[in-house]
Amino acid sequence: MARKMKIRTRTQQGMIEILTLVNHPMETGLRKDKKTKKIIPAHYIQKMVLYHNGKVAAQANLGIAISEDPLLGFRLPDAKDGDKVKVTWSDNKGESGSIETIVEG
Amino acid sequence: MRFRRPEFITHELRRKLVTSMKRRTLLKGTFASGVIVTAASAGLLKPVEVLAAAWPKSAFAGKSIDTALKSLYGGNSVTKSKAIKIKAPIQAENGAVVPIAVSTSLPDPESLSIFVNVNARPLTANIVLSKAAGFFSGRIKMAKTSDVQVVVKSGGKLHSASAKIKVTVGGCGG
Repeated sequence: MARKMKIRTRTQQGMIEILTLVNHPMETGLRKDKKTKKIIPAHYIQKMVLYHNGKVAAQANLGIAISEDPLLGFRLPDAKDGDKVKVTWSDNKGESGSIETIVEG
Repeated sequence: MRFRRPEFITHELRRKLVTSMKRRTLLKGTFASGVIVTAASAGLLKPVEVLAAAWPKSAFAGKSIDTALKSLYGGNSVTKSKAIKIKAPIQAENGAVVPIAVSTSLPDPESLSIFVNVNARPLTANIVLSKAAGFFSGRIKMAKTSDVQVVVKSGGKLHSASAKIKVTVGGCGG
């Protein structure tokens, strides 16, 4: 299932900041369902990779303590208007997704 | 009787309702991004795993900062640094969503890790910065009031800084 993603770029302190949001439950695997008393299986994003003009700029390895619907921000010092940025993610259940945009300061 | 506040709408149920509403918007979004979806199902997009390094499983399973640090960096000797700044609320109302932004002025930062001392799995995020600047922002879960420690690897050394964040409602299993 494709999950909804959002991406936005803006200028912050002279650098391009990329903000990405993924619609994801980020289930820790430590919570219990209150009715059935069963542990809700873990389901969380493990990796998020930021590409700048096709090259890896940053890789975020995420754990279970990232909030639901993660909103992550990165900054690129050498990015400029018109550059291509792409963010991909994958979770512990094999789901993945990606989004691309063009930098607008 | 009709106007009595329905008590069966528990917190959980309300959450479910909200999620289903979200799902509706999600469906709309799916139609809009139909092209991407078809591209993905046709196998045109390469899987991430091939291009990126492996997820450090043992570090995330570590139950203390020390073990997580050892498995991530091979050592746990950190020096305090003032060049790392943590921007976070002093008091967070909801431990499930604590906004945090970390920035460092250390030269050539290689990687950045965030630890929450009291969490069952302290390692929250580990970011490998190949070309990106020493900055990361996100929202984290915290079980209760705790110190948040940030470790930055720069020039082969580990630097750290920490900040205390008070939490009134826990974010794990609450």
